[in-house]
Parts: sequence; structure tokens; C-alpha cells
Amino acid sequence: MHEMSLAMSVIDIVENAARAGNFRRVSTVWLEIGQLSAVEPEAMRFCFAAAARGTLADGAQLQIIEVNGRGLCFNCGETVPLAALYDPCPACGGYPVQATGGTEMRVKELEVE
Amino acid sequence: MCTTCGCGVGDTRVDGKALPDAGGQSAEGPSAESSSAESSSDGDPPGSNQASPKGAGNNPAASYRALAADGRARPTAHGFAHSHRHGETHTHAGGAPAEKAGTSTGHARLVQVEEDILSANNAFAAANRRHFAEHGIFALNLVSSPGSGKTTLLCRTIEALRATLPIAVIEGDQQTSRDAERIRASGVRAVQINTGKGCHLDAHMVGHACDDLQPDEDSLLLIENVGNLVCPAAFDLGEAHKVVILSVTEGDDKPLKYPAMFHAASLMLLNKVDLLPYVDFNVELAVDYARRVNPALQVVALSATSGEGFAAWLDWLQTASRQQQAGKRATIAALQQRISELEAQLAQHARS
Ligand SMILES: Nc1nc2c(ncn2[C@@H]2O[C@H](COP(=O)(O)OP(=O)(O)O)[C@@H](O)[C@H]2O)c(=O)[nH]1
Ligand SMILES: [Mg+2]
Ligand SMILES: [Zn+2]
Ligand SMILES: [Zn+2]
Ligand SMILES: [Zn+2]
Ligand SMILES: [Zn+2]
Repeated sequence: MHEMSLAMSVIDIVENAARAGNFRRVSTVWLEIGQLSAVEPEAMRFCFAAAARGTLADGAQLQIIEVNGRGLCFNCGETVPLAALYDPCPACGGYPVQATGGTEMRVKELEVE
Repeated sequence: MCTTCGCGVGDTRVDGKALPDAGGQSAEGPSAESSSAESSSDGDPPGSNQASPKGAGNNPAASYRALAADGRARPTAHGFAHSHRHGETHTHAGGAPAEKAGTSTGHARLVQVEEDILSANNAFAAANRRHFAEHGIFALNLVSSPGSGKTTLLCRTIEALRATLPIAVIEGDQQTSRDAERIRASGVRAVQINTGKGCHLDAHMVGHACDDLQPDEDSLLLIENVGNLVCPAAFDLGEAHKVVILSVTEGDDKPLKYPAMFHAASLMLLNKVDLLPYVDFNVELAVDYARRVNPALQVVALSATSGEGFAAWLDWLQTASRQQQAGKRATIAALQQRISELEAQLAQHARS
């Protein structure tokens, strides 16, 4: 599953940060997940818990900061909120709308000991 | 396990050989045959930091060159040396995450990371892409559902072009080397990657496959991804373009159901048009749906079995691979120009 791959990459990033920043435990991980990124937050939570087992992030809380989708409508030229990549423009009903925000998947911050 | 994407590299095989771990403790990273900026003298890696745009990262090391996974020295005719130095502990220079001032309370503190989850994969992809550019290799990542006709399409493409263009193929499947064997039967070199339970190729696997395959200078490299319309969209392999294949037996609403893939592709091949009389598939509607997701998407309708529409695809391929070769020549010319300028300056200094 896609989210399992990603969750393991998150752990990898956390472990590298631990080596660089000299900490041994991670209690909270903040992720920034865009609405258009094709990551399901619930699936990510589940996979993160599994991937963290036996690592320095075992039992860590996962905080997901969801970033709303935004796009530029090619029809009316407005920047509009976008719930999904293929949605028509909520302002004029036209399309295409090119995504300009909400595609991110990043590890933002850690609470560590 | 592969720390690039975590999808179980323990199970990944390149032509039957196990793939080494891509990250974490095993200091490794993408190959940077030319750019020394990528690898500082302590063997500092790739990782996410320099090679990936957003990397605040501290990924494993890359010191590359000429050591195969199994530790044997490898010929590096192309210098596509994607090597490993396992077991070295890697301390990252200058990569310590910034700590927020004033947030320390007792033992707990906050550490800012700001790293893209795909940064490790992106770093490997950047190394692959640089290698392809330097050697004029035009690489395509072919993605689709299983059974849309990728391998059939590749065989016909190879047959049509192999006399005029050197071609190499990387085949991705969870199991078996059947597709690589089909490709080899068509007369070109092919490497099979078996991803085991992994459902997509990643840039690390492709780097290793290229080590084995050693694609020719100015060649066409065709990468058949694992049949899956979901995750291959997120994993850059270093290709020039993703090409999505949609066959008319799959339904014209696939671009709406799996938008990410159509969003990521530059070209859509509508395959099996020979079957249009027998299926309920509206070509115009499919193209319209796909362009809602990706306004810039180019489309070619064809049949890999009858050959209908194939000329347009071959045209696209030849034009694009010539551009890649021209790009390489332009870079080399610019470098040579620069060298002669420096030599002229040097000569002047010597005289004065
Ligand atoms: N009628 C028809 N069948 C095709 C065409 N292209 C592929 N096929 C058939 O579709 C099946 C799957 O093809 P394959 O190349 O293995 O698909 P892959 O899984 O995407 O590599 C095979 O039975 C092919 O013969 C086409 O253009 N027309
Ligand atoms: Mg196939
Ligand atoms: Zn609009
Ligand atoms: Zn993997
Ligand atoms: Zn490797
Ligand atoms: Zn996958």
C-alpha cells in the first residue's frame, strides 16, 4: 500500500534527524499532508503506527496538518479552493483548474527527548 | 527494507539479485558521477539535502563509484556507478535540524525538519536524471493498469525503431521475468526488476537496474512500471516523461477515478483502439476527462496489435529523443567553449 511506503520514509527521515540532532525518543511527529496529495490521513495514521514499532518513534503521536487544495482556474482566471484534482471551478463551473497548493507531503516538525 | 520508499526492498530483485538497502544506516546514496558538489570529501551523500529542492534533510551518504552491491568492483563504462558503502555510520555535515529557540522545556524540545517525505526517492531520481542528460539517454516511465498492453506496445515499438535507435528496457513486475524475456526476444537488452510485495518502481531500483543494463549513449530507455494506476504517480524515477497507457477495455472514466496518474503524465496512449467497435468507450470523453486533470496532456490513440495510429507515437518518440541528444550536445559544446576561454585566459597570463 502506498501509505505504508510513505510511513516508512517518514520513519527514515525521523531516524536521520535523530542522528543529526542527537535525540533518542520522538514523542510527536507533525506531518503536512495536502488534500490533493493522494495520501489518506487515516491510512497514514495506521501505517505510521505500524512502521514506528521498534523504532525511536514507537508510540509517538502523529499530528497531521491538512493543507487545503488550491488551484488556478483556466476559465475565469481566479485562484479557487480545490477539493480534488479533477473538480470543476467552484467559482465559474469551468475547468481545467491547475493545482497550485495542497499537493505537499512533508515531515514538518518533531517533539523529541 | 528499502528506506527510500519502504515497500520491502528485501524482496526486490534486479535480474534475480537482491537489492541492497537504500538508506538509513547504510551510508548510500545516488550516484553523482560528475558533480562533485553532491559528494563532499567525507563521502557525504546525496540524500535529500543538496539534490532535492526542499531538503533540509540528512540522508545517508553517497559515496559512489564502482562498487557493486555485492562489493565487487564494477566496470563503469558510463560511470553509472550507483554503489553502496554499507555499514558506515554517517554523520551529516551541516544537516542538523534547527531547534526552535525557547521551546525547550526539560527534556522535551521541538525540532524543525521540513523535509519532503519523498526526498530520498527524489534525490535518487535527480541522480538518474543527471546521468540520462549527460549521456543523451531519453528515458520514459510507462505506467498503466495491468493488462493495458504496455509490454505488447514496447515489443512493437522496439521492432519499429531498433534499426535506427539503440534501445534498452527496464521491466517492473511483482513476480517473474516473463516480460523481460519477451523484450529480449525482440532483440534488445532488458533488465527485470521484481518488486516482491512492492507496488511500484522507485528511483533507487532504477539506478541499480541501470548499473546492470548500462544503456548506450544517445539511446532510448523504456521503463515499464508495475501495473498500478495509483502509486507510480508519486515516485519520480528520473525519467524525461511519464507515459500513461489507457486501453479502451478499461472504461472512459479511468482518468476521473485515478486522476493522479493522468496528472503526472505528459502523454496518454489510448491503446487497443482496434477493439472500439466492440466496447462502450467514448474516446472524446476519455480525452476530455484526462485533460480536466491535466490540461497539457498530449494524446495518441493507437493499437499495439494492429499498428493503427502507431506512426504518431513513433514520431513523438523520435522527436523527443532527438531533443534529449541535442540537449546533451549543447551542454558539451558550452563546456568546451568555456574550457577554450579559460585556456585562452591562462595563455594570456603566462605571457604577461
Ligand atoms: N486487441 C488488442 N489487444 C491488445 C493490444 N495491446 C495489448 N493487447 C493484449 O492485452 C493483453 C495484455 O497485454 P500486455 O502487453 O501483457 O499488458 P501489460 O500488462 O500492460 O504489459 C495481451 O493479451 C495483449 O495481447 C491492442 O492494441 N489490441
Ligand atoms: Mg507487462
Ligand atoms: Zn473559474
Ligand atoms: Zn522500496
Ligand atoms: Zn543502491
Ligand atoms: Zn506502491
